[in-house]
Amino acid sequence: MMRSYRIYAEFIKGLWKQNPVLVQLLGMCPTLAITNSAINGFSMGMAVTFVLVCSGIVISSFRKLIPREVRIATFTIIIASFVTVIDYIMKANFPAISKALGPYVPLIVVNCIILGRQEAFTSKNPPLASLADALGMGLGFTGTLIILGSIRELLGSGSIFGYQVLGSSFTPWVIMILPPGAFLTLGILIGLINVLSHSKIVTRRG
Amino acid sequence: MRKSVQMVLVLSIVGIVSGGALVGVYRYAQPRIEENKKREIRQAIFKVIPEAKSYEIITKDGRLIYKGLDSSGNLVGYAFLGEGAGYQGKIEIMIGMDSVLDKTTGIQILESIETPGLGAKITSEPFRDQFRELLILPFIELVKGKTKESNQIQAITGATISSQAVVDILNKTIKEVRERWKNK
Repeated sequence: MMRSYRIYAEFIKGLWKQNPVLVQLLGMCPTLAITNSAINGFSMGMAVTFVLVCSGIVISSFRKLIPREVRIATFTIIIASFVTVIDYIMKANFPAISKALGPYVPLIVVNCIILGRQEAFTSKNPPLASLADALGMGLGFTGTLIILGSIRELLGSGSIFGYQVLGSSFTPWVIMILPPGAFLTLGILIGLINVLSHSKIVTRRG
Repeated sequence: MRKSVQMVLVLSIVGIVSGGALVGVYRYAQPRIEENKKREIRQAIFKVIPEAKSYEIITKDGRLIYKGLDSSGNLVGYAFLGEGAGYQGKIEIMIGMDSVLDKTTGIQILESIETPGLGAKITSEPFRDQFRELLILPFIELVKGKTKESNQIQAITGATISSQAVVDILNKTIKEVRERWKNK
């Protein structure tokens, strides 16, 4: 009973309370760069989740065998391998998406969410808890990227996931799909999260 | 001493296993990636030479040229790749021309990372359609506003550099191909 509760808690924390993008402010580079459409956000999120889950399971399974002194090098090799795997799979099966994401798929290697989770969590916890943690963080990341991508795509192109939502009378705000749009949307979103979580604390205290 | 042996051992094993796994993935993915690239080129050829039903690949001084043929095997045009610098990065274009290399019959942008909403319009139909039946002699000229001559292209508003880049790539590549044709 206690055990399953703990696994659940490890999973759920990444979605909101410790959301990697909105709360921990990690992985800003892909977050800002590729969220000009919802589908890009979704694909990037899925790629990161794949790498988080696979490297999390492998590293937590062998955590007792990896000497502390070379842990970062070991983690990096394992992470880089899984990133290369997903990069090739995307290139082979989803060439259009892979082209849209460009160099940001190979750059998952240096994404701080991934190395951060290995350092903070999987290198100290058993595989099942690590799987829950990786899934939670990955889906939290994916969800945030989809929200960001949807807002930017809606305002910048009038569509969501490629489906035209706003009619032809709507003039697209091109700035939203350009880099400044990423900063504006992310800033407003983080501000909103802070307001929400702050008011929650106050009501609890009250 | 024991520690360093363990360090070397762990890193070596991780490296070997990773390398092995990547060889497997590469073998699976590489043929598919090449197939994707080929399919993209094939589709582009049929778009830039609308009359073509099949094509042959010929090489001329190291340049690949696709010969477009109709259903009875007659030559209907040529297609070849051109590339150059755009506003933000490389632009790669499939260029289609008639059988005497006097007019373009269409272009297809294969690769570009121009600004969304502005320069990215070089891939849009209204811009590309201007290259149907476009005279390339003495050269293709980019103009702002309405076109008067049959060798002129109207620049995209707010994206003169990207439009100019496309025209420059076309002029350069077409000149090169025509010269190779002359001294064969």
